[in-house]
Amino acid sequence: MTTATASQARANWAEDRRSHFGDRALVVLTLVATLLILAMLAVVLLDVVVGGVHVLSWEFVSAAPTKGMTAGGIFPAIFGTVALTLLMTVAAVPAGVATAIYLAEYAAPSSVLARAIRVCIANLAGVPSIVFGLFGLGFFISTVGHAIDVAAFGGQPTYGKPSLIWAALTLSILTLPVVVVATEEAIRAVPRELRDASLALGATKLQTILRVVLPEALGGILTGSILAVSRGAGEVAPILFTGAAYFLPYLPTHLNDPFMSLGYHVYVLATQSPDVDRTKPLLYGTVLVLLALTFLLNLVAVAIRARTRRRLKSSM
Amino acid sequence: MSVQDVVTEAGRGTKATAAPSWMARARLGERALEMLIKIVALVSIASVLLILFFVGKEALPVLTSAEASREIGAGGLFAGHDGQHIWQPVSEIPKYDILPLLAGSAKVTIVALVFAVPLSVAAAVYVSEIAHKRARELLKPAIELLAGVPSVVVGFFALVVLSTWVQKAYGAEHRLNALVAGIGLAFAICPIVFSVSEDALRAVPHSYRTAAIALGSTRAQTILRVVLPAAGPGIAAAIVLGFGRAIGETMIVVLASGNAALLDPSLEHSTRTITATIAQELGEVVVGSAHYHVLFALGALLFLATFIVNFAGERMVHRMRARLGGSR
Repeated sequence: MTTATASQARANWAEDRRSHFGDRALVVLTLVATLLILAMLAVVLLDVVVGGVHVLSWEFVSAAPTKGMTAGGIFPAIFGTVALTLLMTVAAVPAGVATAIYLAEYAAPSSVLARAIRVCIANLAGVPSIVFGLFGLGFFISTVGHAIDVAAFGGQPTYGKPSLIWAALTLSILTLPVVVVATEEAIRAVPRELRDASLALGATKLQTILRVVLPEALGGILTGSILAVSRGAGEVAPILFTGAAYFLPYLPTHLNDPFMSLGYHVYVLATQSPDVDRTKPLLYGTVLVLLALTFLLNLVAVAIRARTRRRLKSSM
Repeated sequence: MSVQDVVTEAGRGTKATAAPSWMARARLGERALEMLIKIVALVSIASVLLILFFVGKEALPVLTSAEASREIGAGGLFAGHDGQHIWQPVSEIPKYDILPLLAGSAKVTIVALVFAVPLSVAAAVYVSEIAHKRARELLKPAIELLAGVPSVVVGFFALVVLSTWVQKAYGAEHRLNALVAGIGLAFAICPIVFSVSEDALRAVPHSYRTAAIALGSTRAQTILRVVLPAAGPGIAAAIVLGFGRAIGETMIVVLASGNAALLDPSLEHSTRTITATIAQELGEVVVGSAHYHVLFALGALLFLATFIVNFAGERMVHRMRARLGGSR
């Protein structure tokens, strides 16, 4: 009831002719602010699309860079980004979903452990991405990778160097909170009655979670995974020292190969290009591909979430 | 079927529900899987601890190792050289004074907040208090989409387009400067400040608004004197979280700030932040050198700063929720 009157009051507000000067000034000012933020988004999208669209061609997305990165395409960077985010997803999604299941279904609300997990998730979400890069170098490469080398490769640097697997694992920790938050929200939105019905039919708690709750929460899990992929594909700082390469004549085929990535390619072209004017079109093209990838994924995730929320509201 | 048979049947039935071995095994499997879920849930805690430990481990020699402290110099990381504060780790006499970097980070962060906070809070007021329900359902996700633009793309935009605009409007001495980087950062933090502020405003009970209107206040008065103050801690948290994001942002400042480690208050000079320094220098540094450890120390500093800031922000949000929830 209150929400109905609330939205009604809000709806009448703009048309209220008797509204005071202060009221109208506030409406105008806040509307301008809103439009300005939307303009930020529009201007970035527009500039990148206008600058990059004429560069796009089959050759651009299917060929390797040539002539010291002043010509050719960006296929190795696309391949690297896809390989990186796939590996990242394989690590981040199961861990994130398991964490969300624990938080939503098993942990008592007052549980100290659950609270600690929540604090850590919130904290992970706030750690600067460059710190993840430092961590990846200090932990995965210098410690874990080095230990593998000593144990299995006679100290020969095989895994103790920047490579695909370490960059992917670094990113998976960075994107873990995205998966956990979206999944937990979706699990909590599953109506209690469904669980009760399943339990009353004799299903165990785990069966209920795996066969009733998770399928219902699939939309949320999907949203979280897509957002994680979108985030991971766009991050550059964490992969600077953990595996991204300036230029590679071959595609990565092993977990311990370095790789090219779209975001890193943008950074390299923008800062270290030998011929700025000749690389600028390529740069715009690369940014457009990267933005299309991350932004479209984001759009899909937002659409799925909106639909799930609407369905939930109508079913309640 | 004799009575005996029925009894045996029934007996079997009870036995079956009590403890057949396949079910016991299934229970065991479930237990194992539940245990696994619980263990995997600990990954987040382990990650935070590992980050703290491994970044800290490589940072600590700055304080403890005799060799590193000899290279850094007597006064440590703030000493200055001949009265000047210089960051110049790659030179004959390496100079590790991090003051210019701290100042650079502070400068761009303040510029970002000055641009982002008024805009985002005003937009949050519009979306939460003024817009129609339909418009709100479109506006909120649209603004939050801005957060989905990768920071390297925003950085590229700031480098290529924004810097030209600022140059035309302002005619700064350096084309890439603290102002350009700060405005670029504002793009990145607007969605966060907006989103948290909007949540805070919506958490204010409707009774506050009706009470204020019933007492004769105008809508503007209601918003400015009742709703905004009630949501105050939440909006403060939004600013704090925006600060945390701005100070840790890397790719935007690497591309747009010009990266000269100058210690001056001018916004039209190039500047170099903590994050950009790590990003640009760690790739070329000798592992285990003083320079390497100083870069990790900068990372540790950043980690601690964002840890405290985010923790404080989360606490503010919780406290506000609890207070408003209690008075509903």
